[in-house]
Amino acid sequence: MKVGVVTFPGSLDDGDARRAVTLAGGEAVALWHADADLKGVDAVVLPGGFSYGDYLRCGAIARFAPVMTEVVRAAEGGMPVLGICNGFQVLCESHLLPGALVRNDHQKFICRDQRLRVEATDTAWTSSFTAGQEITIPLKNGEGGFVADTATLDRLEGEGRVVFRYLDVNPNGSMRDIAGISNDRGNVVGLMPHPEHAVEELFGPGLDGLGLFTSVLKAGLEAVS
Amino acid sequence: MGRVVIDVMPKPEILDPQGKAVVGALPRLGFDVFTGVRQGKRFELEVEGDVTPEVLEQAREAAETLLSNPVIEDVVSVREADRVDA
Repeated sequence: MKVGVVTFPGSLDDGDARRAVTLAGGEAVALWHADADLKGVDAVVLPGGFSYGDYLRCGAIARFAPVMTEVVRAAEGGMPVLGICNGFQVLCESHLLPGALVRNDHQKFICRDQRLRVEATDTAWTSSFTAGQEITIPLKNGEGGFVADTATLDRLEGEGRVVFRYLDVNPNGSMRDIAGISNDRGNVVGLMPHPEHAVEELFGPGLDGLGLFTSVLKAGLEAVS
Repeated sequence: MGRVVIDVMPKPEILDPQGKAVVGALPRLGFDVFTGVRQGKRFELEVEGDVTPEVLEQAREAAETLLSNPVIEDVVSVREADRVDA
């Protein structure tokens, strides 16, 4: 199964995301922001970093990159799409996910190993986890505070679309401790913490991030069979 | 050459950490009458000719689609730059 990883100008974690796909047993395909071409991939990861220098708003300019027209079209057709950190911001700016990410309430960049609870296991990216499973993966952001109006938050909670929730501390002022959400279909997931940095022994806090990538590969196999 | 000025502000209900940092710094310099600060953005869009109603309409559309995010921000003003702005 081919998983594309988009590189925007200013992406930082595209290499790690491709490596995570490979370690999970998939075929990683590099996608370029300026090409309106998904190269026949079965899923897409929008990686972390500072696309277009975070100018205007995080993810605001990346949203209009030629590749994103194809990503949005594919996502609306059901293709699994994962946005990590800056990728999550791009998904919100693209309106594939509701809400927005704003500057951390304490105004400082934060980098820590973060404990999370997996709250939804019926998405394309979390089926390898058990409901309520607690995982630890790195978190590193300056603008990671998830905000949305009360009606949107209630809808996300009611429809089981809060996929990851922060445990121990709320590291950035996110409303209702939300670390990650999905669209209503469950094929599009965005989260602030970085699963691709927790896929290999001796690097990062453990292997808890691998589950997102094995989940999508499993979903791909089931779609084929 | 014409110029359109667009002001974008964070929505009142959205926490504005930048404004909060600024309001915290003001009293340290002796500015002690200000109880709140909110920080927004100002865009200046230039056009070749005059600022026609069509130009303003396009500016409004740009303000709503690219220059602001309606989830967290309000477009508070789209206007032709006057002498005060110049």
